[in-house]
Amino acid sequence: MLLALMPHSSHADEESRSRPQVPLSPGFRFTEATGEELFVSACQGCHMPDGKGAVGAGAYPSLAQDRNLESGGYPVYVVVRGQRAMPPVGAMMSDVQVAAVVNYIRTHFGNQYQDAVSADDVKRVRP
Amino acid sequence: MQNQGETGLSRRDLLSLVGAVAGSAAMYQAMTSLGFASESTYKGPIRLEGDAKGASVLILGAGLAGMTAALELRAAGYRVQVLEFNSRPGGRNWTLRGGDSFTELGGATQTCGFEQGLYLNPGPWRIPYHHRAVLDYCKRLGVTLEPFIQLNHNALLHASNAFGGKPQRIREIKTDFQGHVSELLAKVTRQSKLDEAVSVQDKEILLQALQSWGALDKNYAYKANLISADYRGYARDPGGGLHAVPVAGEPINLSDILQSQLWRYLRNFALHEFQTTMFEPAGGMDMIGKAFAREVGDLIRYDAKVTRIQQGDGGVTVSYVDSKAPAAPQLAKADWCVCTIPLSILSQIQIDVGARMKAAIDAVPYSSSIKIGLQFRRRFWEEDEEIYGGISYTDLPIRQISYPSNGYNRGGRGVLLGAYVYGGANAYEFTSMTPADRIARAVELGSRIHPQYRAEFENGISVAWHRVPFTLGCAGSWTEKLREQHYDNLCQIDGRIVLAGEHASYIPAWQEGAILSSLDAITRLHERVVRT
Repeated sequence: MLLALMPHSSHADEESRSRPQVPLSPGFRFTEATGEELFVSACQGCHMPDGKGAVGAGAYPSLAQDRNLESGGYPVYVVVRGQRAMPPVGAMMSDVQVAAVVNYIRTHFGNQYQDAVSADDVKRVRP
Repeated sequence: MQNQGETGLSRRDLLSLVGAVAGSAAMYQAMTSLGFASESTYKGPIRLEGDAKGASVLILGAGLAGMTAALELRAAGYRVQVLEFNSRPGGRNWTLRGGDSFTELGGATQTCGFEQGLYLNPGPWRIPYHHRAVLDYCKRLGVTLEPFIQLNHNALLHASNAFGGKPQRIREIKTDFQGHVSELLAKVTRQSKLDEAVSVQDKEILLQALQSWGALDKNYAYKANLISADYRGYARDPGGGLHAVPVAGEPINLSDILQSQLWRYLRNFALHEFQTTMFEPAGGMDMIGKAFAREVGDLIRYDAKVTRIQQGDGGVTVSYVDSKAPAAPQLAKADWCVCTIPLSILSQIQIDVGARMKAAIDAVPYSSSIKIGLQFRRRFWEEDEEIYGGISYTDLPIRQISYPSNGYNRGGRGVLLGAYVYGGANAYEFTSMTPADRIARAVELGSRIHPQYRAEFENGISVAWHRVPFTLGCAGSWTEKLREQHYDNLCQIDGRIVLAGEHASYIPAWQEGAILSSLDAITRLHERVVRT
């Protein structure tokens, strides 16, 4: 049975070379610092590693080449306040972290919005 | 040993005593705990009296809410049809066994490698004794129940940074914490510092009570002796013959318990929803869904993905596609609709309801949760550690390890719930991993509590609820503020449509909430039909 496990493990190793390892925060809040780390930990569970979302009985929207991200205020608001069934994951992040993950998404996955949002932009939309 | 709880007082005597001493609020609490004041809103089998006039009802979703509605409405004379996204009944009432395969959003497919008879309940897994609607349907539908062990005094509490990372027995932490607190309280009571709060007559009784409750000695001290050992267990157990004398262990000091934070897990054994007796269906939670489906399975159209919900004066029209091979939409029509689709999905479906109900549908975030089942080649938790059922709690990201409440003391393999995370960053982080990574991490983390993991682990399966195609999340995550704004609007009958499910209840994420919500919805719907 150990043999049966081995392919799994080596498969996981191969994968982890091609993408960042998901860390596990020690408390209730996210402790990852960079936008990429935060995307990997907080966002890709639903929006998927390629940012393209997924479809089941309902769908997770794609963030790739996403015109909704044109104004930085919109993703900041959604991350902090949640939207429909999407939980307010920004409640488990600092203002700096929210800004970092929003800036990451707005400059990756085919998005090229260079006007970065700031921690102050985040603070303003906190409930 | 004599039962020290036998006082000769009747329950009613005790209640009036509590009432006289502590006031009516305390009496109500005591009544509740003694079983006089009933908290369940379940009133026994529903009675839908009056003529259904041949009306038809379309039910969306074949989870427990949907199948409750189907069962009862058909019995009341309605023509019923059910649309279900999955290829099976039950929804979140779900069990994974060896050979089952599950494809999560993102495309990863896992095939469960468990031995026959072993399983994981990815969703609901325990039933409180006061969830009377669930219990009643189990009785009516012939679902065999067995005790679910929530509190096992010999299971473990673990803090990574306390006691050198060594897990502690629940019985030791619980007894020592209670003992130290009792000693402190006895000390200030005897120093007359509580004289304003405690009458002269009560003072002596309180001291007796603290001695009894806290395992204190005759001087009201909590110490290493056979009194405390009778509660917390022994360093050496009493035996037979020579060298049989028991030896008391040294209590853990109060400061260490406080600093370790392990006290915070004790509420998991005190909260009403976790109090004994809890139950589980023998063989897996989905025995309930399957039992419902034996009654109403003939009404269910599986693999039906709802895409549009329309209503007008003439009735309700629902568009759906084959969820496995989406093609041109098909239509289902009825006079009325009971919609149990989770709000995470319903909020994405175009539905003809008023602005207030639509706002309510759009208002509720869905919580993140993961469970991981791990199969081991032997039941080392029983064989090595005398842990039979129950749950160990930890501050590690896996949060808890639950031991099977069945198959005790048997040789061979066993399956543990190796992680159950509800909310917080860790739930999202585990969701973000591949299934193989989740399992590898759960094994690595769990081995810090049970080193046997390393040698005994065979295979595992993981379910991250945000990756589950039929719910896109675990359960509706209401806040008080959201309920104030939206809850009543969500539960109204809007024209010909009424919603039901755990999300339309005050018992979110529990099956009882789904069934009570459904019974309430169809009762109101039926009243309307009979009246018109």
